Amino acid sequence: MNCSLRFCGSVTMALAMGAGVCAAAQAADPESGPASPAELARPDDTLAGSDKLLLTGGVSQLEGAAGGGLTPWAVIGGYGTRDQIGANAFLTRVGVQDYHLDGAGALIGFLDRIELSIARQRFDTEDVGAALGLGRGYSFTQTIIGLKVKLAGDAVLEQDRWLPQVSVGAQFKRNDRGDLLRAIGAKDDHGVDFYVSATKLYLSQSVLANLTLRFTRANQIGLLGFGGDRNDSYRPQLEGSVAWLLSRKLAIGAEYRMKPDNLGIAAEDDWFDAFIAWAPSKHVSLTLAYADLGNIVIKDRQRGLYASLQVGF
Amino acid sequence: MNPMQELAARLALAILTLLASASPALADENPAPSDPSLLPVFEQFGGKPGIDALMEDFMVKLIEDPRTRNYFAEADQTHIKAMLAEQFCVILGGPCTYTGKGMREAHAKLVINQGGFNALVEDLQRAMDMHDIPFRAQNRLLAVLAPMHREVITEP
Repeated sequence: MNCSLRFCGSVTMALAMGAGVCAAAQAADPESGPASPAELARPDDTLAGSDKLLLTGGVSQLEGAAGGGLTPWAVIGGYGTRDQIGANAFLTRVGVQDYHLDGAGALIGFLDRIELSIARQRFDTEDVGAALGLGRGYSFTQTIIGLKVKLAGDAVLEQDRWLPQVSVGAQFKRNDRGDLLRAIGAKDDHGVDFYVSATKLYLSQSVLANLTLRFTRANQIGLLGFGGDRNDSYRPQLEGSVAWLLSRKLAIGAEYRMKPDNLGIAAEDDWFDAFIAWAPSKHVSLTLAYADLGNIVIKDRQRGLYASLQVGF
Repeated sequence: MNPMQELAARLALAILTLLASASPALADENPAPSDPSLLPVFEQFGGKPGIDALMEDFMVKLIEDPRTRNYFAEADQTHIKAMLAEQFCVILGGPCTYTGKGMREAHAKLVINQGGFNALVEDLQRAMDMHDIPFRAQNRLLAVLAPMHREVITEP
């Protein structure tokens, strides 16, 4: 995958941050728990763990949260259970006809309750940049800090209850191209998306469903800034994912992400994808998708391959 | 509404309908709720002999797994295998009677966290793979076992 030094730097930093937290957490957990009623039968008290079931932490979505490829899910990322801390890092590339997008990031899941994520995105305009007088390969870049908190439910274990796992989250986004964004009609170079997600695994059907409601002012998820001449207020956007589990290691599915259309000079469409996710182990997963991103700035029908590699523990 | 919004609304409705049609609540604390509609799954497990054979390899995996070993190594493995086989047989609609304890009572003296519970699920999945039990059939059984986490996990 195409990975600039800058991207790798941010991943390494985030990973180091995660490892530091885990080391600190372990250090703060001396073996001084209450005496066990069954001396032989004690769970492993190590906090850095990976006892969540395979693929039930989702994969890293485009903006760094655990979810599908395009949309966050209510699951907390990483393989940590309610007694553990999990973490992973990802590299994603989306290549469509006239553009490509590189993303990298990492997340930490605390006690299957709170998820912190960071992602860096670089949107390369290739020849379109030259056509617009920006220069060939002109790139928009942004950084996204994500926070997600599980409120209720358990997507996997509560098979006899209808309640899905429900989480709320926020994605704090800052774009580096403020001057140009204002020139194309965006109101801000930074913004916050808020979302609520409901995710449920229907084990009897081997199907996972997710529904996310996002409130956002972002143009093309923030790569083209926030707010615009046509609309500058928060609008609710619906996102959905359905996945069919083919085996413990393999799932296929489809996603939809509704998007606002705030900029007069750059019409924006909703996004779709069809994906396959493969997790040969808890340490690595690979997601491939065919994505339809619609119109982006001056180019219509942007379709192509989405590839994402995730590593973690 | 534009066509995309309409599609989104339909998708939302479809998912909400799916959410609303979730399976009915399990009878409280029944360790072996029998579901005759799972009889085809019982056949996919190879009936009671298939379940008995599965238990042999399941126990081997539980002893091999450092996360579950200590719960089973010193226990009466023959009894546990027999009780689990009865339990699975009844759940899958088979002609058996469960003579074991309730899940809460059976695990009350053990310290079991979610990691331990999930570890057992993984070992069961591996054992079912070994016995070529189809993935979807495995999930039908696991869907009934999963809610037992509320009684099996003793460490909140």
